[in-house]
Amino acid sequence: MKVMKSLKVAVVALAASVATLSASAQDNTLLGAGSTFVYPLFSKMFSQYTATKVNYQSIGSGGGILQLTNKTVDFGDSDAPLNADQTAKMSAPVLHIPMTSGAVVVTYNIPGVSAALNLTGKDLADIYLGKITTWNAAEIKASNKGVNLPELPIVVIHRSDGSGTSFIFTDYLTKVNADWAKRVGKASAVNWPAGLGGKGSEGVAGLVKQTPGAIGYVELAYAKQNHMPFANIQNKGGKFITPTIEATTLASNVVIPADSKVSITDTDNPKGYPIASFTWALIYKEQNYGSRSKARATELLKLLWWNIHQGQADCAPLNYAPLSKSAVKVAEQILKSATYDGKAIL
Amino acid sequence: MYKKTNKFVENKRLKLSNSQLKWETIFRRILIAMSILLVVIILGVLATLIVESMPSIKSLGIGFLWGKVWDPVSNIYGAYPFLVGTLLTSFIALIISVPFSYAIAIYLGEYNPKGWLSDLLKNAIELIAAVPSIIYGFWGLFVLVPIIRTFEMKIGVAPYGIGVLTSSLILAVMIIPYAASLGITLIRMVPSPLKEAAYGLGATRFEVIRSVIMPYTRSGLFAGVLLSLGRALGETMAVTMLIGNTSAVADSIKNAIFGPGNTMASVIANEFTEADHTEYLSALIELGLVLFFVTVIINLIGKRIITRFTND
Repeated sequence: MKVMKSLKVAVVALAASVATLSASAQDNTLLGAGSTFVYPLFSKMFSQYTATKVNYQSIGSGGGILQLTNKTVDFGDSDAPLNADQTAKMSAPVLHIPMTSGAVVVTYNIPGVSAALNLTGKDLADIYLGKITTWNAAEIKASNKGVNLPELPIVVIHRSDGSGTSFIFTDYLTKVNADWAKRVGKASAVNWPAGLGGKGSEGVAGLVKQTPGAIGYVELAYAKQNHMPFANIQNKGGKFITPTIEATTLASNVVIPADSKVSITDTDNPKGYPIASFTWALIYKEQNYGSRSKARATELLKLLWWNIHQGQADCAPLNYAPLSKSAVKVAEQILKSATYDGKAIL
Repeated sequence: MYKKTNKFVENKRLKLSNSQLKWETIFRRILIAMSILLVVIILGVLATLIVESMPSIKSLGIGFLWGKVWDPVSNIYGAYPFLVGTLLTSFIALIISVPFSYAIAIYLGEYNPKGWLSDLLKNAIELIAAVPSIIYGFWGLFVLVPIIRTFEMKIGVAPYGIGVLTSSLILAVMIIPYAASLGITLIRMVPSPLKEAAYGLGATRFEVIRSVIMPYTRSGLFAGVLLSLGRALGETMAVTMLIGNTSAVADSIKNAIFGPGNTMASVIANEFTEADHTEYLSALIELGLVLFFVTVIINLIGKRIITRFTND
């Protein structure tokens, strides 16, 4: 009898919690899904934004895009703009709104070398192509005068999982090395010509830290939090740039097209760090779909508007690069172009 | 008189059998429903895999199986390196684990079946199966990999530390409990009269194990090994973290064992979430289909071997 009673109580409690859960999903909580890269920043931003509750699931850019395609979320977030295939699957035009930018840094483990390495984009690609195989190769020596580089084989480490970080990195290598562009190309997962794959940033970091002679790439924030060394990368202007938040913001301070779907790797800005990218929030241009209310659409746009203005203050403490002035301007125009029943919302 | 007794007996039986029969039917129906549900799920998985991998099957055909290049950028997909990696890691792991699981089964089943030490060991082995694979992965990455790297430096192969051998070692640890647990139970179930008769004839313990226990439990022990193999074929997380994830095909046997590789399950886990075009997604699902068939084929072969052993 007692068992039955407690069972009943449990069932009622469970039903009640399910009811409140589904209710909270139906009321004005905005739903988002996508990039894991931007998740720490979004959590911070959304905890400070008081007007609406936001539930953001960091399931990966691809997953976020899929959820937006299926219209199960209000917005997606991706580290790469939609490709042709993904655009074709969307039932309506989608807007890309830059949220923040992030840098990918090249980290390494060379015993006895404490100075920050200088690397050119071409050499970096040649290392990842397996053409440069030792640390004391003439090409690396040429950009690191005075550094005593050991005769140690280079162990190339890359991400084994599909990721936005890999997309940014390969996008950069494609731009600076013709051979890379021809043989490998850019994608969130490519056919790596050399080296070992580590799963996730922690996998890459773990392998680099353990393997003498290893080279790998992780996000700036990850490298900083884990006190990993990172290389200065030569940009288009020929200068070796230390990856910092400022240099990343500068990378996006260039002429940005009206749809903001631009790759800012290998930036034209003479002070910009060359391996950087935006991460974009994705929303439908026409917000009246499904059974969405105008109020919900307005809440969504207000949230994104807040993100690109006040929310930017959260970027730097978390090692994300705030949007540059030119990027904010473009983002404002894009948000203003969103409509409900053909009429502008903001 | 006769009538009365008959009525009495009949009544009592009827009364009982009504409720008994009802429960009997309900119970049987539940059993049937459960079994059918299981078959439906398996067939559903198979059907989904086939339908979803259609685009890839159409564009790549049977060449998918021995294609050696996996290039999502130019839409060339070949499962060969992953097929080899899956089979290699699983079988090496099996070879390493079988002596251990058999030894454990014999020790805890025959030599030390009762008492606190036996209970402790048995629980410890079952605990091995309960440890999440990500824990094995991290343990492998931070403890086993440096050891293997030192070893590799000594024998003069490229000292990556991670690779097929490392993941096989972790897999071996992970699959030991499956064969061992089943083995312990089976060996304890060998009827004592059989063993006592053998002892009575002057057999030593080793002779009893070899000539009485082993033949009696052979098919069951082998089934345990099959269970282990199934686990090894499908294991994803720990392997992904330790195998090196390269789709290049090794050029020598030495490199195939010590060098990095990749398995089907780990490619799916790595690339599925960010597979951003139809052909890519479909090729990954076809990889799942191949894994499905590999498991089925290996199980069928195993069943054949078991039947043959039992017939002897």
